[in-house]
Amino acid sequence: MSNLLVEATNYLLSNFDTFVDLLREHLILVLVAQVGAILVAVTAGILATRNERTKTWVLSSGNISQTVPPLAVIALVFPFVGIGFNSALLAMWVYALLPIITNTIAGIEDVDEGTIRAAKGMGMTDSEILRQIQLPLAVPVIFAGIRTSTVMNVGTAYLAIFIGAGGLGDWVVTGIQLFNTPQILAGAIPGAVLAISLDTILGVAERNLDTQTTQSGGAVAEA
Amino acid sequence: MSQHAIEFENVRKEYGQTVALDGVSFSVEAGTTTVLVGPSGCGKTTTMKLVNRLEDPTDGTVRFEGEDVQNVEKTSLRRSIGYVIQDIGLFDHMTVAENVGTVPRLKDWDEDRIESRVDELLALMDLPPDQYRENYPRELSGGQRQRVGVARALAADPDLMLMDEPFGALDPITRDNLQDEFLEIQEQINTTILFVTHDIDEALKMGDKIAIYDVGEVVQYDTPENILENPANEFVEDFIGSNRGLKKLQVLPVEDVMDTDDSLVGTSVSELPRGGSEPESAAADGAGAPPHVAPGQSAETALSVLLESECDDLPVVRDGSVVGTVNLEHLHHSKSQRGELAHE
Repeated sequence: MSNLLVEATNYLLSNFDTFVDLLREHLILVLVAQVGAILVAVTAGILATRNERTKTWVLSSGNISQTVPPLAVIALVFPFVGIGFNSALLAMWVYALLPIITNTIAGIEDVDEGTIRAAKGMGMTDSEILRQIQLPLAVPVIFAGIRTSTVMNVGTAYLAIFIGAGGLGDWVVTGIQLFNTPQILAGAIPGAVLAISLDTILGVAERNLDTQTTQSGGAVAEA
Repeated sequence: MSQHAIEFENVRKEYGQTVALDGVSFSVEAGTTTVLVGPSGCGKTTTMKLVNRLEDPTDGTVRFEGEDVQNVEKTSLRRSIGYVIQDIGLFDHMTVAENVGTVPRLKDWDEDRIESRVDELLALMDLPPDQYRENYPRELSGGQRQRVGVARALAADPDLMLMDEPFGALDPITRDNLQDEFLEIQEQINTTILFVTHDIDEALKMGDKIAIYDVGEVVQYDTPENILENPANEFVEDFIGSNRGLKKLQVLPVEDVMDTDDSLVGTSVSELPRGGSEPESAAADGAGAPPHVAPGQSAETALSVLLESECDDLPVVRDGSVVGTVNLEHLHHSKSQRGELAHE
């Protein structure tokens, strides 16, 4: 095993320029898809808490998007956006939505009812309650959703190579075809490290955004 | 200009088929505390919610400072009325200072004014600002949290406070302390208060007037003394409970029964003769002082101290000097005396 790790490290270092390119492609796919997903999913989650019918609609779309396999999404969208980076991005974006949507809804709806009643009784408008009370209190839960979907998408991005969108999947797929285990590991292990790093960075960002970290943090995280 | 802060006129409230309130009419005088009391589900909280328009009446009129609340915009109405609830509802992501400053911020006060108002209120609620300003609600005890809740409701200097079982979730000792403190504070702020509770003892203690609710209607609206003296019907009698005699003493301040001609009047506490044995739990403050009571304390407290101490005439002390004495006979005859007071 340690032998394999040494060989994998060797492979990585002797192809370092290619590695940097692949890592960059991988990272760009994940980041662009996540930023897009966060913007849309948090907005959709907020809208869903405003009205029951919107909520049903948002949640079913989210669920459907999650059950369709990423490859099927690519098959469905490539006639419109072509094969390559764009369709990979779209598939990953769709895939990232649900965890963020469900956690946004849960985070907002789990805010203590007495807190909302007090805010309302003091004369806050609905939008003031949302901005000043519900969203700040929901931050830990929303972030848990963002972290879950980010980690998931680092894995999903490995499939992008099948439609020529690059990323670390290149080495994994080539390695499988050539029975080159060090190459597979040189592609796979950096992905795991990337997932852990992004999760940690988001964790730090959350703590900076949020003064009270004890509240409900992990509860919905595994949802 | 009407002296009535709130007027309910023939108010009816239905939820679907259920009638929650029917024919509720009474007025709350400015600057007084009115307690709505009754068993749960009797409509007392609904009555309160009609005032700041968390609910709207099906029929009838609710007026605040002479104006039909239906004609006042909800948010500005609510910002002019303090609101305290049993679950307190502090904002856990904000500091104590930010919580207390909520309504002033909504009203766009400038920062300096908010700061000094927050400090003033925290000091009033016995939470030294230096120590508590920057704390988060989860770092406080239940009693401290409700103090912050009350301070928050008082922040924008409201003409009216709505308090919905504010002390209901606290342990009996904390509740008792907060009630006492709040009574003191109320004398300073002179705000009209509408107070909901299911606890008749709390109602008798806090209220200048009490509205007793049976299912959906007010069965008696009167002063605590009159309610104890003349319960309107069997329901009220049951609700007051069996120990009416003691409850009457509860609402009777010592100063109304004390003998102001006693020879002890005018002496200072330190000159008082020491009682034979020291009762351990007397109301005496300061070690070594003989048992005594303050004029504002209830006759019930005086009775308790009298029973525990060995003296026959209990000195009533204000600011360190005796202003009267009270003995068992005074308490026994208090009934007739209160009758006279009620007629005045």
